[in-house]
Amino acid sequence: MAKKNTILICNGAACISSGEERIKEKLINKLSEKNLTEEVDIIETGCMGPCQFGPLMIVYPEGSFYIKLNEDKIARIVEEHLLKGRPVKEFTWATPESRRIGEEKKQLPFFEKQFKIVLSNCGRIDPDSIEEYIGTGGYEALGKVINEMTPEQVIDEIYKSGLRGRGGAGFPTGLKWKFAREASGNEKYVICNGDEGDPGAFMDRSICEGDPHAVIEGMEIAGYAIGANQGYIYIRAEYPLAVKRLQNSIQQAKKYGLLGKNIFGSSFNFDIEIRMGAGAFVCGEETALIASVEGKRGMPRPRPPFPANHGLWDKPTIINNVETLANIRHIIIKGSNWFNSIGTEKSKGTKVFALSGKVNNTGLVEVPMGITIKELIFNIGGGIPNNKKFKAVQIGGPSGGCIPENSIDVPVDYESLTNLGVIMGSGGLIVLDEDNCMVNMAKFFLDFTVDESCGQCIPCRAGLRQMYNILNRITRGKGELEDIDRLEKLSNIIKKTSLCGLGQTAPNPILTTLKTFRDEYIEHIVEKKCRAHVCRFEDAEVKDKDEKILKVS
Amino acid sequence: MVNIKIPDNPQYQALTLTLKTLKRKRGPTIEALHRAQEIFGYIPEEAMYLISKELGVPVSTIYGIVTFYHFFRTESIAKYLVNICQGTACHVKGADKILRIVSDELGIKVGETTPDNLFTLSTARCFGCCGLAPVMIVNEDIYGNLTEEKAVEVLREYKKKEENN
Repeated sequence: MAKKNTILICNGAACISSGEERIKEKLINKLSEKNLTEEVDIIETGCMGPCQFGPLMIVYPEGSFYIKLNEDKIARIVEEHLLKGRPVKEFTWATPESRRIGEEKKQLPFFEKQFKIVLSNCGRIDPDSIEEYIGTGGYEALGKVINEMTPEQVIDEIYKSGLRGRGGAGFPTGLKWKFAREASGNEKYVICNGDEGDPGAFMDRSICEGDPHAVIEGMEIAGYAIGANQGYIYIRAEYPLAVKRLQNSIQQAKKYGLLGKNIFGSSFNFDIEIRMGAGAFVCGEETALIASVEGKRGMPRPRPPFPANHGLWDKPTIINNVETLANIRHIIIKGSNWFNSIGTEKSKGTKVFALSGKVNNTGLVEVPMGITIKELIFNIGGGIPNNKKFKAVQIGGPSGGCIPENSIDVPVDYESLTNLGVIMGSGGLIVLDEDNCMVNMAKFFLDFTVDESCGQCIPCRAGLRQMYNILNRITRGKGELEDIDRLEKLSNIIKKTSLCGLGQTAPNPILTTLKTFRDEYIEHIVEKKCRAHVCRFEDAEVKDKDEKILKVS
Repeated sequence: MVNIKIPDNPQYQALTLTLKTLKRKRGPTIEALHRAQEIFGYIPEEAMYLISKELGVPVSTIYGIVTFYHFFRTESIAKYLVNICQGTACHVKGADKILRIVSDELGIKVGETTPDNLFTLSTARCFGCCGLAPVMIVNEDIYGNLTEEKAVEVLREYKKKEENN
């Protein structure tokens, strides 16, 4: 018998920390108290998106979207909505408009401009249930490639779709697969890069937690395409819930014959192992990641040779980001033409962003490529809290840069962002308002990259440290005007001469802020003034970073 | 090789057992270190020697890996590990103020442990809970949307809990 109501409770990391467990317990108790247990289905889902308003739940068939839940609210909702069928409107997230028409989630500005492909299951199904995943068409794409397509056809389809790597650099995925397919050797590997090391990014975490089977299915299709039988998921140790859900999904898929030997009764074998990272930002770089999967220090090496020819254990290897892999099954089922029709000329499909910082609606969003940064922040994000003035948005983490107010009409696509001197990155968007100091932000990122430099090549190891020291002097009122030239000169040298992506992009936060917020740097140096009141100048003694270590000869 | 005596207690026995299975995997060193940290809460020198012996990897290599990755600790920690996120989103929302007040409240600096062995103070780069910035994690429990007052309140709750025990 169909149940009267279905309740989806968000079980994403943010909602868990806002007390989801307690809410669920209260709900279950209250339902049994009112003899409603048999009439209501409760499903715990992955991240629904608007993390700021957790704990969240949606009650169907009405679609009432309840936010900021507490135990008292649950009691009211059970009595009013579930027992008497009257949604408690004051507890739902609604604009005056949507409150009038009904509580449909779609009508909220937060969701209106979103377009969900990768996140289509996040917040809709129970991530711990393979049956629910299959119910949404899961593993259909895998069946289709194994039974109806040759590996070459799969690669061709992905290439034609225009899918580009979502880890940040935007390399065409189909091309990457083609190189690995053509590389000689029987032993090949697929690695899923879940080492989401950028502070301010939680897209991959949410996908692994909310729809883990989609990542597994994507890896299997990649394995079939390039001729690999073994995959590794490299994931941060800081994400224990994601690890748990992936492990559970691997077990389930094996039980169903959808992973392991003779998948779908064919001769295709594919196995997946999880490898945990241990907190090193540089391991997002593919050669460093490979070293780490091999159990070594995560040191990058020069490329070429590229991993497509010499990767894991020196065998041909492809490394795809979590979000890239989660796109695969949709492209296989709906076709490259469909995917190709979404987005801009050179950037196809959607991109998942993690919105945080000084913005009203923080959380996880997925938008079609080509949407403007302005729409992302002001429509979906709901603008800046406390009537503060927008200053800039930081994109691409420590390798990215800041987009100032006069450029926020830029469309989200790889080329437009690169033209601004920033990068798409993996999808962290951190909004800054007038209370944030741009020189301090630049220093913050350098502090990060200095710590994360693997120390192998001199420009990165020594150059970044010198830049940090200069910025540290400026933010303490000890800077001189020549310092700006020094910063620019060092930045250019480091960009050109560093071994890997970490060093080559580390100066970006400084270069982009120097370009658009140069007056703030000058203000710090000449007037000893920080307009955001972040930097303190009273400190007379300015210590260089790790002075102690530097003095050891 | 330095002659290090590996203690014979349930913790080391458990690690030895794990290492016997891990040995069959390719490139198991990092995983072995994760298991060791789960068992001890940090990675003692003796555990590095044990891993070295069982996996046949030089102890210098093991030490190199332990010190390369931020996640591994070589010092023991107190009952509660207080981690203040210093990621970008937390930074722009005043994580430094949270760190300062927590440090004052506990009377220790980052990396230190309180004399009663209750709290160790640490910082982290990002927990991926940026929607709730600023964030603090005590062992496994996440506290989001913190203010200075709320952070102190959380710590005092832990202290109270201990006093009642």
